[in-house]
Amino acid sequence: MYFTKNMKLADVLLANHSLVLMLQRFNIPLGFGEKTVAEVCAQHKVDCAFFLLICNVYTHDDYLPTEAELDATDMSGLVNYLVESHQYYLVERIPHIERHLNRIADACKQEHKTILLRFFNDYKTEVYHHFSYEEETVFPYIQGLHHGLKDSKYCINQFEENHSNIEDKLGDLTNIIIKYLPGDIMPKERVSLMFDIFQLSNDLNKHSLIEEKILIPYVESLEKKL
Amino acid sequence: MGKIRILLIESSPIVAQGLQALIQSGGRMEVVAVAHSLERIQERLVLNNPDVVILNPLLLDYSKRLIFRSLFQDKPNMPILALVYSYFDKQWLGSFDGVIEIEDDRFHLEKKIEEVVSAANGRNDNLEVYELSDREREVLIELAKGLMNKEIAAKLHISIHTVVTHRKNIVRKTGIKSAAGLAVYALLNNLLEERDLETVYGG
Repeated sequence: MYFTKNMKLADVLLANHSLVLMLQRFNIPLGFGEKTVAEVCAQHKVDCAFFLLICNVYTHDDYLPTEAELDATDMSGLVNYLVESHQYYLVERIPHIERHLNRIADACKQEHKTILLRFFNDYKTEVYHHFSYEEETVFPYIQGLHHGLKDSKYCINQFEENHSNIEDKLGDLTNIIIKYLPGDIMPKERVSLMFDIFQLSNDLNKHSLIEEKILIPYVESLEKKL
Repeated sequence: MGKIRILLIESSPIVAQGLQALIQSGGRMEVVAVAHSLERIQERLVLNNPDVVILNPLLLDYSKRLIFRSLFQDKPNMPILALVYSYFDKQWLGSFDGVIEIEDDRFHLEKKIEEVVSAANGRNDNLEVYELSDREREVLIELAKGLMNKEIAAKLHISIHTVVTHRKNIVRKTGIKSAAGLAVYALLNNLLEERDLETVYGG
């Protein structure tokens, strides 16, 4: 069942605990008692329809908003939401995973250590470029559209075509840690690293879904209107 | 074998829900999603990953009715059943994998669905092998070094098409997609030494 504005926010979180990450990005603190989604959103000046859209895409794999739903939602918070997510990945999650990986790499043979760390560095660079392209090119373009400005040299189709996949390498890393790193190397540390990677890769997956299911169709409709 | 996954594309809620209930009452099949139009159908196919599509031909754009399979081009082997309760040209209906009629009972419905699904599976069924073959290992080493498909084909004297096939199998078996990931694999499994990778990373 999809989430609606009259549900208790606490019930929404209990249905999908990963949504606790959403709250951070909307600057909604915990401790909201029995309040409904609509009440909490109003209190923190978050557009309720937009909040629900994100929660539903994040939770229900089969959820695909219709054009009419997208049209009826105030999307002015979308770019900010995505930037907040980027910050969370870059400042919190990826450095956290890197610290784990460093400890594991230290326990490996020198040549294995070198290749593992190089792999992760490449990954970091890739993610960084991916996000900065969005923040420096795509998001300003969308902000322009909000103000009725259409950059004639750019359109969202280009973004769709260049939208590189930053989940592949994380998947590769998971496979390497599960299957190919010798079993005696820091078993406990590896288990907790794996949970961290799963969580990040799940979150990144949802992040791309939000870009594909919400951002792209929304910007396409803005482009049509201008 | 798990339940057969069905994507139902039908605009009438009465028909859609009736058919869904009938299909699911046998317990062997599941309607994983009901779409009321063909809007964003390619995304749906990826999301819902059905084994078979049941589609009311009325929802197809008349001008595109002859090329409706292009809507499903990402899944060219997807069996598509027409759900028919008004008149259509018989010959055209022949371009579907099968036809479900509004009068069908559960027995015939299940039979038709199972037939098209097993026919489609026959097209791409083969025995699962998990270990890399010698040839795949050779291709993996070159991929890990950062070579392109074309270069690998030339070096190993095989066609590009064959390289692509090996590559798909390598990804399926190891779960590793990127060249950088394959380089880590190759090193951990002693297929390569660090100095072999200098070219990839520019020394």
